[in-house]
Amino acid sequence: MLKDYFPILVMLVMAVGFGVTMIFLSSIAGRKRPTATKESPYECGSIPVGTARIRFDVKFYLVAILFILFDLEVVFLWPWAVLFIERLGLFGLVEVAIFVGILLVGFVYAWRKGALEWQ
Amino acid sequence: MVPTIAYVIVSAVLFTIGVAGVLLRRNALIVFMSIELMLNAVNLSLAGFARQFGSATGQVFILFVLAVAAAEVAVGLAIILAVFRHRDTVDVDNMNLMKW
Amino acid sequence: MSNSAAQLAYLAPELVVAVGAVAVLALDILLPERSRRLLARATAAALLASLAAVWWLYAGEVAGRPERLFTGTLVRDGYSLFLDAVFLLAGILGALVSARYVDREGLQSGEYYALMLFAVLGMMLMAVSAELVTLFISYEILSLSVYVLSGIARGRAESAEAAMKYFLLGAFSSGFLIYGIALIYGATGTTALEAIGAAVMSRGLFGNSLLLIGMALVTVGFAFKVAAVPFHGWVPDVYQGAPLPVTAFMSAGVKAAAFGALARVLFTAFGSLSAVWQPALWLLALLTMVLGNTAAIAQTNIKRMLAYSSIAHAGYMLAGVAAYTAGDVALGSVLYYALVYTAMNIGAFAVVLVVGREGEGNQELSDYRGLAVRHPWVAAGMALFMVSLSGLPPTAGFLGKFYILNAALRANLIGLAVALVLASLISWYYYLRVVWLMYFIKPGEAPPTLSGAPSLRLAVGMAAVLVLILGLWPSAALNLAQVAALTVTAGGLPVIGRP
Repeated sequence: MLKDYFPILVMLVMAVGFGVTMIFLSSIAGRKRPTATKESPYECGSIPVGTARIRFDVKFYLVAILFILFDLEVVFLWPWAVLFIERLGLFGLVEVAIFVGILLVGFVYAWRKGALEWQ
Repeated sequence: MVPTIAYVIVSAVLFTIGVAGVLLRRNALIVFMSIELMLNAVNLSLAGFARQFGSATGQVFILFVLAVAAAEVAVGLAIILAVFRHRDTVDVDNMNLMKW
Repeated sequence: MSNSAAQLAYLAPELVVAVGAVAVLALDILLPERSRRLLARATAAALLASLAAVWWLYAGEVAGRPERLFTGTLVRDGYSLFLDAVFLLAGILGALVSARYVDREGLQSGEYYALMLFAVLGMMLMAVSAELVTLFISYEILSLSVYVLSGIARGRAESAEAAMKYFLLGAFSSGFLIYGIALIYGATGTTALEAIGAAVMSRGLFGNSLLLIGMALVTVGFAFKVAAVPFHGWVPDVYQGAPLPVTAFMSAGVKAAAFGALARVLFTAFGSLSAVWQPALWLLALLTMVLGNTAAIAQTNIKRMLAYSSIAHAGYMLAGVAAYTAGDVALGSVLYYALVYTAMNIGAFAVVLVVGREGEGNQELSDYRGLAVRHPWVAAGMALFMVSLSGLPPTAGFLGKFYILNAALRANLIGLAVALVLASLISWYYYLRVVWLMYFIKPGEAPPTLSGAPSLRLAVGMAAVLVLILGLWPSAALNLAQVAALTVTAGGLPVIGRP
């Protein structure tokens, strides 16, 4: 049984070995002339502004929460879709319509209460 | 094939780590993350059992656990945020407005 | 699959509450700001309609023969009907005591009532669950609603803190519950309660460690919810910090729901393992009764006193469940006590609301000094509830305790019966102290002005009448409880296994 995992082990050793080797080689072979710009964190080329440890705006939290809720409810649609044609038929369709309907009420509620406003 | 007992042992270890986190950590968010770890430990053992029995019950249960965990995240973070607005801290040791 | 549609008729009470909850949410965004008061009425209407559906099912003689629904995930029997009625009573009384408070404290009324209905829905689904996955989801519908309700007074730091404590410990305990369910599933290969019971018998799983650990974890999960010692740490703080009507509602409803589900799981799935869990419940009951009552004596805040009192009452009900060997007598006594406790405890909280002032003011025991002089009727109501909670005749509380005592004696739990009587004796001190304060102590310099909303007075009146009726003419309710218990304990019903 463990034999099946051997390729993964080989892959792991190669990946780690490659990374360690590269870092080791560049640390002994390269020349080091540190400057303030080189020491600063890399942010896709733009100049860093302030510290990374700031408080995020609550607005992000609200959107993230709404996203995760509706995102996860979709998980129930998948098994329904798989079985819909063969097994569930009309009754399944009605049930899923009720399910989505309840989600929709929740969504409209969040919308009307202003949870989706960015200001 | 990995025997089911392996899943059970790993999930028991994860669950215990989660319980220890709840009991030992003082930051409400970390406590909450430990609770989520407990739920995911349960998911692991459910997946193991579901494979052993070849039945869908365990897999469907995982979906429900995931959905419940998401709902708990939404409610829990909102509550922790409400506390933070009042107290400017989420350290559970500071939650002492009501004591006799 | 018209069959499935026909099965829905058996779930009429649950469906009415579900539709009501969604409708309240929808009304909240459709109605203009000034007509938000309609939401309280819509809530009460939904609960009353659901109660009518329960009565309709009773009249259709559904109570006597269990009806399995949706491949055995749900079961409609007398047990679930009786519990439904208890939850609806808690919901109706809860909505009545909330109406004025929600306006006065400026709470979000749409969310408040919708969550209350969702909580009642969760309780009702817990009662009809015949399978552990459904049970877990119902348990979470209830829990999540109540977490938010206890923190809904966002303006008060106490409310937020109570919600956080409740949430963290509640989520922790549901972790135990669900891990227990997973292990039981692992040991038996099924999550249907009857099939678990059958698997234990046919495969001789009496010493199976997965099953035993799973059973213990499930019991711990419920012990958190019913506030059994040593899992009671959250109760005083949450009951004190949560908005008062929410405390009233959840102290009775959540407890009844958790007991209903715990008893069904233990009786149906683990009846053959009673030798294992009976001593554990025995110990839990003993600790809960003794600690709840002794800690209540030291309290000066009435909400906190009632919180410890509610722990003590969980102990009495645990004693009823521990008396498993008495069969339907034990289960019937627990059901009857759940009904009685709902009436008298929400009644007591309703009086606290009448006396209370804005922002949870006027909740010290000293605020009750001389209440009888100025407000004889309110004081009389409070005195009735206190006497009933302490278990003195001729009130419902006396009979409820009497039947639990009877069950404990039948199950040969003499020690537990003696402990129950002694614990009740302790409880007389702090309950009757309130009566003494109201009747024999002169009022302070600033006499309390009462907030006398008609809905609140109606709630006090309803609860008082119920406590008297259940105390003086108990036979009808007792019969129903007995029939309900029999549908669970009768056994011999065909076992439906799930693929």
